[in-house]
Amino acid sequence: MTVNESKYGSFYLKDCTLLAMATGKRAQNLRELRELLRDIDTNSIYYHFWGGLLRPRFDDPEYHNDFALWTANSLHNKLLAERLAVIDPMTFKTLDDLREELIDLIEETLNETEYPTWSKRDDQFEFIRFQLVIFNTKTVVQEPKELLNVLRNMSVGSIFFHFIDGRRRNADAQDDFQNWLSNFDEKYDELRDRISDIDPYFSSLTQLRRRLVDVFSAYFH
Amino acid sequence: MNSENTLAQYEEVAGRDVIEQLRQLAAPLKGMRLVHVNSTRLGGGVAEILLKMVPLMQDLGIAASWEVITGDPVFYECTKSFHNAIQGDHVNIPGSHLKEYEKTNRHNAEGLKDKLNDADIVIIHDPQPAAMITSFPGRKGKWVWRCHIDASRPYRPVWKYLREFVVRYDASIFSLSGFAQRLPNPTYLIPPSIDPFHEKNIPLDQEELRHVHAQFGIDPERPMILQVSRYDRFKDPVGVIRAYQLAKDFVPSLQLVLAGGSATDDPEGEAVLREVRTEAEDDLDIKVLLLPGDAHRTINALQRIADIVLQKSIKEGFGLTVTEAMWKNKPVIGGDTGGIRLQVINHHTGFLVNTPEGAALRIRYLLHNRDKTEEMGRKAKEFVRENFLITRQLREYLTLIYALLYGSREWIEL
Repeated sequence: MTVNESKYGSFYLKDCTLLAMATGKRAQNLRELRELLRDIDTNSIYYHFWGGLLRPRFDDPEYHNDFALWTANSLHNKLLAERLAVIDPMTFKTLDDLREELIDLIEETLNETEYPTWSKRDDQFEFIRFQLVIFNTKTVVQEPKELLNVLRNMSVGSIFFHFIDGRRRNADAQDDFQNWLSNFDEKYDELRDRISDIDPYFSSLTQLRRRLVDVFSAYFH
Repeated sequence: MNSENTLAQYEEVAGRDVIEQLRQLAAPLKGMRLVHVNSTRLGGGVAEILLKMVPLMQDLGIAASWEVITGDPVFYECTKSFHNAIQGDHVNIPGSHLKEYEKTNRHNAEGLKDKLNDADIVIIHDPQPAAMITSFPGRKGKWVWRCHIDASRPYRPVWKYLREFVVRYDASIFSLSGFAQRLPNPTYLIPPSIDPFHEKNIPLDQEELRHVHAQFGIDPERPMILQVSRYDRFKDPVGVIRAYQLAKDFVPSLQLVLAGGSATDDPEGEAVLREVRTEAEDDLDIKVLLLPGDAHRTINALQRIADIVLQKSIKEGFGLTVTEAMWKNKPVIGGDTGGIRLQVINHHTGFLVNTPEGAALRIRYLLHNRDKTEEMGRKAKEFVRENFLITRQLREYLTLIYALLYGSREWIEL
């Protein structure tokens, strides 16, 4: 497609799909989890915080990352599960910082625990890593208003790539939508504020798509 | 079926964005030669999926094909032993059977030599054709071993034998991380899926449902709970009867249907069936059905007329009967094990239980909260639509092709 690039730059819509991979590393109690966390690839930590959005998971889980979920359901340690669930991965500059926070919380719990609880053999924490394939769609957007219609039909893979994974790539951990809108000087600051109010951590990708459509729709109508 | 119709059909069920994504993802793979190899064209979950997967890949422009290996009865006896051993049975396989297994693989490899040598991607399903890879030392394409079996705790001597073949592949695929064995090659995780256009899952008219009510003496005016599974201890049919009996004290009109296959070739299955019949014999509201393997429409109808579906397994593989029931808007009360955990989300798509008592409580809850039952059924169907239709599995196979071609990179930008 030939694109007449605007002076603010165009928004090139991309899409992505995720493929999960076994690492063969499993933990049956908190000590094992802590030890494995020390060396596990950051890719795996990313997966257990964000990968849930791109794999079978229900829209409204009680806990929002795999560590909290396993601690609650398999170790029945609700206290630690709540502490783990409240971690906001966005507030950590790097995945290694996030790893340290996880280890600290687990350490703290182990210090308070006489005997660590064991999960059932079939219910161990399975460390998983992933590969993400990113590909171009033919959609290129010149004006922010055009994004509204594009958003309505956007695949969940595109929502993941631009709204979640973008934060890993952009300065100030901005998603791709906000990042692109910032090119238009201050014209769309209000829209950017409204987008930043959407908490990406507590919704499924389809819910996020709906919220983004609502925000764009309310702004442009 | 022409290609546009096929994809258009799936678009209606899975959503336009899903099919559009598949088209875009597959575009750079046009013309790629991909061969699936398994050991049966008919019957079983693998053949069922390939029957639809291969045409869908072709529709997307991939030169996909499906080859089936053949062997004599000793070969199949040997591979059945492999199957059982991978699932943990202590099976001793005679050396003569292993020789026959390797010979049959070599013989089939000879027949498929040109095709497999020319292929860009070869996907070998399950242990039956796994040894063929030894006949292709100079292969140019990428070879993947797809294990559909729960290999979490295999019988070691047999796994050790098979592992020698498996490690030669460029990658392996398991359905769940918990089912996988540690291997030196990349191990991908791709859960199975259901086909919404299979006879098991297509919508049925009221007349057909009425017919099934009448055929099995099920009263349409009274609540009915159902479990579809083999008569196997791991499926705990006796536990289901116990749960029904406990619930019936509070819901006297309750009916139970247990629907499973014939157990004539399985002595253990026959024993379980006898126990089930003994447990059920005084109660006319329990129907113990023995259905032929191709009774897909009957199973479909039973799942549709049931109020609640149970899968109270003690040990389970992925549990596609759970997926099928959820696709029919049914909340599922499932055993807290295997792939059931991935599908049944407590209070959302059903309930996970560990005992007949737990199951009975959930049966009573759902029968007394019809709005909740309907809401959970709706959520269950949507959950399957987003996660367990064949289109999702197809997307993951396409993604796998890129992963194989681009190597171990985490972020592959096309």
